[in-house]
Amino acid sequence: MLKLDEDSDRAAGPDKASDTVLSVDNIEVVYNDYVLVLRGLSLQVAKGSITALLGANGAGKSTTLKAISGLLKSEDGEVTRGSISFEDKKLQHMDPENIVRSGVFQVMEGRRIVQDMTVLENLKLGAFTRKDRSNVADDIELVYSYFPRLKERHGLAGYLSGGEQQMLAIGRAMMARPKLILMDEPSMGLSPLLVKEVFTIIKRLNKELGVSILLVEQNAAMALQVAQHGYIMENGKIVLDGTADELRENEDIKEFYLGGGGERKSFKNLRSFKRRKRWL
Amino acid sequence: MNWSLLSQLLINGVVVGMLYGVVAMCFVLIYKSTQVVNFAQGEFLVLGAWVCLWLVVDMELHFAAAFLFTLVFMTIFGIILQMVVLRPLIGEPIISVIMVTIGLSIFFQSLMNWIFGNSAVAFPQVFETQSVELFGLNIETAYLFSLVISVFIMLGFFYFFKYSRYGLAMRATAFDQQVAQSLGISVKSVFAMAWAISAVVSGIAGIVIGLVNSVSSALAFIGIKVFPAVILGGLDSIIGAVVGGVIIGMLENGAEFVDGQYLHWGNLYTIAPFYILIIVLMIKPYGLFGTKDIERI
Repeated sequence: MLKLDEDSDRAAGPDKASDTVLSVDNIEVVYNDYVLVLRGLSLQVAKGSITALLGANGAGKSTTLKAISGLLKSEDGEVTRGSISFEDKKLQHMDPENIVRSGVFQVMEGRRIVQDMTVLENLKLGAFTRKDRSNVADDIELVYSYFPRLKERHGLAGYLSGGEQQMLAIGRAMMARPKLILMDEPSMGLSPLLVKEVFTIIKRLNKELGVSILLVEQNAAMALQVAQHGYIMENGKIVLDGTADELRENEDIKEFYLGGGGERKSFKNLRSFKRRKRWL
Repeated sequence: MNWSLLSQLLINGVVVGMLYGVVAMCFVLIYKSTQVVNFAQGEFLVLGAWVCLWLVVDMELHFAAAFLFTLVFMTIFGIILQMVVLRPLIGEPIISVIMVTIGLSIFFQSLMNWIFGNSAVAFPQVFETQSVELFGLNIETAYLFSLVISVFIMLGFFYFFKYSRYGLAMRATAFDQQVAQSLGISVKSVFAMAWAISAVVSGIAGIVIGLVNSVSSALAFIGIKVFPAVILGGLDSIIGAVVGGVIIGMLENGAEFVDGQYLHWGNLYTIAPFYILIIVLMIKPYGLFGTKDIERI
C-alpha cells in the first residue's frame, strides 16, 4: 500500500454542527421520473475538512455529487425529497451555474477537460464565474506553482497524458476559487505513482487554500489516508460512517475495501449455499 | 483570353466569397453550439436588409445610424427567437428542430413579403463615389465596403473565440454541455448568444449585399449558397466556413467566366456551387477542416 509522505498531521473530525459547510439531509434522487437511485441519503462535510465517500461501482457516489452540484438536471435526474444546504443556501433547486457561483465546484469523473483548447484556455474557463477578474492572472501562476508540468504544455489539452489531464482538471477547479470541491475519482486510470502525487496535491489544496473537499473514491485505502471522515455507500444508501481511523480499523471495511483483512481464508470456513431447485 | 474580365470576376468572387464566408460562419456558429442546422439563415439576411432600408428610406435616418439600429434590432430578434421558439425545443429530436427552422424560413419569407412587398428596392445612394480605381481595376465602393466589413467581422470572430471570456464559454459549450455547466456557464444564455450573434452578423451581411444589389426576398438565396461553402469547409469549422465561402465565391465567378466566354450554356454561375457540394460529399464528406467522427470498431 502506498503511504503519503506526510501522514501524521490530520485535523480533528467534525465535532460541532456549526462547523458543517455542506449538509445533505435525507435526499432521494430519481432519474427519468421513476428510477430511484438514492434514498434517504444524508452526509455532512465539516468546514476545512476532507471527507471521503466510498463504495462499490454503482453505489450512487457520483449521483450524490451530481445532486449536490446540480449537474443531475442535465441527465434527467431530480432531487425529489430532502434538502442540500451549503453554508446558508439550499442547493437542491438551484441551477448548476448558480451553485458554482456560490462556491461549490465539481471535478467530474474522467477529468472532462476541454480537449480542443489549450491548457491556459482551460484554466481561464475555470475562472468563468469569478468576479475579481484582476486576480485571475495571479491564480494561473498559483496553479502553475502546484503543477509546474502544466506550464510547459502549450499544445491542446487533449494531447496531455492522463495524469496531466487530471492535474489540469484540479487546476481548473482551483481557478474558480471554490469553498468546496466535489472530487469524483481523481485516481481513475492513473499509475500508482501518479495517484500518490494527485492525493498529495489534494491534501495541499485542503491545507494551504482551506478548501473543503468531498472526495469520491474507489481507492479506499488512499482516500482514508487523506480524509478525516468517511462514509460508506451501498445501493444508494449510507451504510456506515466514522472517522477515517475508525473506518480503517473496521474489519468489514478492511475486508471489502482495503484488501486483506483478517486471517487467511480456508474453504472449510466458507458456508456452502445449496443451489435452489428449479423446474426449468 | 479576356484577362481584365477574368480578374474583375475573380475580385468579385473574393468579395462575394467573403460574404458567403461571413454568413457561413454564422451558420457554423449555431450548428456548433446548439447542433441546429438553421435553414432560416437566409431570412436573417433579408430581415436585416429590409429593416435597414426601411430606416433609411421611411424614417430618413442617416445610413450609419440606420446600420447601428439594425444591429440592435437583430440582436434582440435573435435572442427573442431563441427564447420563444427554440428554447422549448431543447431536448427534442434534432429533426424536429430542423423542421422548425424550415418553418421559420417560410414564415419570415411570407411575413416580409407582406410587410415590405415583393419588389426589389435599391438603397438610396450611400457612398459619395460610386467606384474607386485600385491597381488599375475598377472596384465599386460598395464592394470595398463589403470587403472591409467582412474582414472586420472575421477578425472580430477570431478575437472573440480566442480571447474573450464568453467566446471561451461558447467553445466549451460546443465541446461538452455538461462540462460547461460544471464550470458555471449557463448553457441557455450561450444558446441565446449564438442566435443573437448569428442574427446580427447575418443582418450586416444582408445590408451589405443589399447595398451592392438591391433589397428583395431574393437575398435569401445566400442562405442556400451557404450550404456548399459550409460543406466544403467542414460543417463544424469556423475557419473552414471562411475558406469554403471564398472558394465558392471564386468558383462561382470562375464558372461565370468559362460559361460566358466558351460554353454559353447560361446560368452555370448559379449551379456550379452545388456541383461542388455533391462532389465534396462524395469524396470528402467531412470537408476541408471538419472533424471526422472517430469510431472504434
